[in-house]
Amino acid sequence: MTRSAMILDKAAGGPGGVPATAPAGAAGNRSRPGRKWPAKQMLAVAGILGFLLTWELIPRLGLVEARFLPPASDVLAALAVDLQLTAFWAAVAETLVAWFFGLAAAVALAVAAGFVVGSSQFLRRFTHSTVEFLRPIPSVALIPLAVLLFGVKIQSSLMLIIYASFWQIFIQVLYGVADVDNVAMQTARSYGLGTAARVRHVVFPTALPYLMTGVRLAASVALILAITAELIIGSPGLGREIALAQSGGAISGMYALILATGLIGVLINLVMRFIERKTLAWHSSIRSEVVV
Amino acid sequence: MRIIKGILYALALPTLLVLLWWASTLGTKSFFVPTPGTLVATFAETWLGDRMRTDVMPSILRLFVGVSAAIIIGIVAGLLIGSVKWLRALTEPVLEFFRAVPPPVLVPVLMLLMGISDAMKVVVIISGCIWPVLLNTIEGVRAIDGVLSDSAHTYGISGWARVRYLVLPSAGPQILAGVRQCLSIGLILMVISEMFASSSGLGFTIVQFQRSFAVPEMWSGIVILGLIGVAMSFIFQFTERRILRWYHGLREVENAA
Repeated sequence: MTRSAMILDKAAGGPGGVPATAPAGAAGNRSRPGRKWPAKQMLAVAGILGFLLTWELIPRLGLVEARFLPPASDVLAALAVDLQLTAFWAAVAETLVAWFFGLAAAVALAVAAGFVVGSSQFLRRFTHSTVEFLRPIPSVALIPLAVLLFGVKIQSSLMLIIYASFWQIFIQVLYGVADVDNVAMQTARSYGLGTAARVRHVVFPTALPYLMTGVRLAASVALILAITAELIIGSPGLGREIALAQSGGAISGMYALILATGLIGVLINLVMRFIERKTLAWHSSIRSEVVV
Repeated sequence: MRIIKGILYALALPTLLVLLWWASTLGTKSFFVPTPGTLVATFAETWLGDRMRTDVMPSILRLFVGVSAAIIIGIVAGLLIGSVKWLRALTEPVLEFFRAVPPPVLVPVLMLLMGISDAMKVVVIISGCIWPVLLNTIEGVRAIDGVLSDSAHTYGISGWARVRYLVLPSAGPQILAGVRQCLSIGLILMVISEMFASSSGLGFTIVQFQRSFAVPEMWSGIVILGLIGVAMSFIFQFTERRILRWYHGLREVENAA
């Protein structure tokens, strides 16, 4: 229980996580027998439809002027038009390229640094204060610096993305490497496994669930930063298109692009959950998955 | 002895880094990187005077109002949605979508709906920060231990007492995990809302420095944002330790076993 609680705890992205006394599975079958709710999927669809209907009605009834909040049907139509444009897909591609390379670089750096620092008690204590100081620095504070160094190129986005995602992953890897079971480690030693083999067969599997949690959290942070950089700095991508649509008065278009960023966000979440489930299929935490 | 050792550990690397920085800027006149001395002097000159009142304090106040409102609304709505099963199923996909929308894109939307004002910046912060708190509260309430819940039911604990003594404590760790995410998003949104649409505030001032190539001033702005981030993280950790003291104790016992 402790182990899986630890994992879930990190999955919650924070200090505490779920109470150790609450295995997530327990909550699933709490409904009393005899009371049948309609299938969950139907409610979910009803929720989405209800939301769209409310959105449609607010401007139609004049609660908010339609030139500020166009009805849902207009926005969806604008999105459908966007989906046929090459320019839209080019912007999506630019955003995703920045997202992917930023995230990949952050993962590589954080894993390397995390394994080195995490495996030595001395290095952990030595770097602790510096890490705790650098980590909470909001990455948007680096925007002016990025502009000064790189201008409106993709490097600006990459710098922000890497800085923000690095800490998410690094901290998780540190926890993960520190969590190695003593008995397992000593067993490996007495069987004469070398350093490389110990890292590969003992440390890596222990740290992997933490790493995956870190990568999943970092993936959404990286998207936020990619869009932010485009919106504020003006490096090419969806964020810049949104800023352009807004200043150009193409309001339905702006809402359509925002809808698109949300859909990309949902898609990234789903893909990350899928990858996590595949790589950790052997791990007990997957069976009592807590959605974060 | 142990305390001295701890202090040494905490100070060694920062001192080394500052020394390295000082040594590498010694003698050279780099345009991009100021020397430590220049930076400290600029920092005091730029931020400790009038700007503290006109730019820093209003920004921090907006951040505080926005984040507190987001936490309160998030927890209350989360308790409601989390404890009503059909409501949860109904709202889940929509909430998931809203959480996935990168919060900074809300800035242009709210600018359009509300104009450029303090209220708009606070609403930007609220509408970005609320999702981690809300979704974590829902999840925390959903995952209450069945045995505890049934016991409370058997003893006839219901209504406010149930929320106070059963729901809030067991969802607490997860709610606070949400609050932590909410704080860092709040700081980001405070800066962005000012960078995008403002004529005062920290974000605006820093961008202004960068545009006028006032490089040491720009660096000092980065430092002050960093300090605010660090201060928030300390306040959070302190509060979290107090609220969840029982929980950390429980975890220690469990881990020792």
